[in-house]
Amino acid sequence: MTSENILIQVDQLSRFFGPLRALGDISFEVKKGEVLGFLGPNGAGKSTTMQILSGNLAPSAGRVLIDGIDLLDQPKQAKALLGYLPDQPPLYRELTVDEYLRYCARLNRIPAAQRQSALDVAKQRCGLTEVGKRLIGNLSKGYRQRVGIAQAIIHSPAVVILDEPTVGLDPIQIREIRSLIAELRDEHSVILSTHILPEVQAICDRVQIINKGQLVLSDTIAGLQQRMRGESLWLTMRQPPEQAALEKIVGEGKVESLGDGHFRIHAEQLEQQAERVVNEAVANGWGLYEIRPERMNLEQIFVDITSSEHGVDEERAVS
Amino acid sequence: MMAFTIAGRELRSLFLSPLAWSILAVVQLILAYMFLTQLDLFVALQSRLLGMAGAPGATEIIVAPLLGNAAVVLLLVVPMLTMRLVSEERRAQTLSLLFSAPLSMSEIVLGKFFGVMAFLLIMVLMIVLMPLSLLFGGSIDLGMLLAGVLGLVLLLASFAALGLFMSTLTEQPTIAAVSSFGVLLLLWIIDWAGGNASGSGSAAQASELFAYLSLLRHFESLLKGVFDSGDVIYYLLFVALFLGLSIRRLDADRLQH
Repeated sequence: MTSENILIQVDQLSRFFGPLRALGDISFEVKKGEVLGFLGPNGAGKSTTMQILSGNLAPSAGRVLIDGIDLLDQPKQAKALLGYLPDQPPLYRELTVDEYLRYCARLNRIPAAQRQSALDVAKQRCGLTEVGKRLIGNLSKGYRQRVGIAQAIIHSPAVVILDEPTVGLDPIQIREIRSLIAELRDEHSVILSTHILPEVQAICDRVQIINKGQLVLSDTIAGLQQRMRGESLWLTMRQPPEQAALEKIVGEGKVESLGDGHFRIHAEQLEQQAERVVNEAVANGWGLYEIRPERMNLEQIFVDITSSEHGVDEERAVS
Repeated sequence: MMAFTIAGRELRSLFLSPLAWSILAVVQLILAYMFLTQLDLFVALQSRLLGMAGAPGATEIIVAPLLGNAAVVLLLVVPMLTMRLVSEERRAQTLSLLFSAPLSMSEIVLGKFFGVMAFLLIMVLMIVLMPLSLLFGGSIDLGMLLAGVLGLVLLLASFAALGLFMSTLTEQPTIAAVSSFGVLLLLWIIDWAGGNASGSGSAAQASELFAYLSLLRHFESLLKGVFDSGDVIYYLLFVALFLGLSIRRLDADRLQH
């Protein structure tokens, strides 16, 4: 194990709520400077995982090491390396942004001499410089979210844990928060949970999909792109030929006629097929006006994985 | 120490809400009225007292009842101050800020407790100013006053510790307030049980036990100016017990249950 590079190590984590198993035997690692996306449908165990990682919840079994320090055995030392934004930002509405962040700085034991500069840096990074004197209760939701993030990074922890940081924000705010997270990766490892898939594609290095308390996929974004590779071509033509004519061009591939001039072609080596189809279409005047490779998007993979898992479960239950 | 950071925030938040100010104002008003009626009584009795040997002085007639009344009024008020301590944070989900910071549970609980105590000490200070104003026109028994104030502070610390514990039990501040008021009142009057069961036997023994448990009994002797370390230890144990229970309760939030 190259321990100097692994900031978070999670070993066979389980958590029960009464008879309900929220998490079962989850293990993973996060390296330095990595942004890990945690994906899953509602109730999959994302927030539970985040709560355990941040020390808000004790696991029923398993252990969490933050930079080699056991979160259960030495909670104070381990928590000093953590910044956590829960799904509901923990803000005191009656305080101003400055007062609140100063309080957080003190809670995280930042020495008095460095407090002001830590406060300034956190405010500047989260775009809060203008609102320092305003009451948190009077801020908009987007700004409150930013205060929540500022709170999580004020002591520049090694690991930042963000639980659904973009929920309920408008598209511009979402983009701002995303660029903020992208900046964070320079100095911190980030764990991020979300159920918004493009978000993961946009900012994460690695993805883990969790469903019913189980890790069902753990892959890099590149690996994920690989899974999304196209397997079919989509054609639309104004004067479509007979299906047989298309089948002749495609050769070994399969052609599906979908009516209204729409066709789908499944074949190996799609690029070459596409080229051939276009050439033929132009030569024969089929009026081809739409051709695109059909890619599986993250959403389909997600549904695929989570629902197939579901199917397996049900089969097991039946047999 | 981290507990003082939390206490400072707690105190600040109290004074940022109108609750603290209105409580201070109302308590001061009511106690000032009581103080003045006692003062009136003393002035009326003064000529007769002069002729008596070993007659009660100003301190017995004015200060002791004032502090006694203050205890009763604060029995009603303290639950309103402590109810929000944890339950409000739990409801607003701000507790995770404390849980994910490098703090131990005891620091969190002590911080909350010190925050309320700081407020209550301010209140006691305001109350004590009234008897101290008598120094302009005469003399009072400062030792007795001191014993009474010590009793009041210890009593309030017990109220606060119990209120804090009740607040850790629930998400609803009102439930915390009602239950801490209920328990405090019960502990206040618990010595009524068997109060007329004189003589010997198990009933008398039980009544003695209940009398010992009563929050009021230990306060009364301090009010009379009798400093018994047993009374002080009783209050300290009471506070330690409920702070300990609060720590256990907050710890249990994280654990399996």
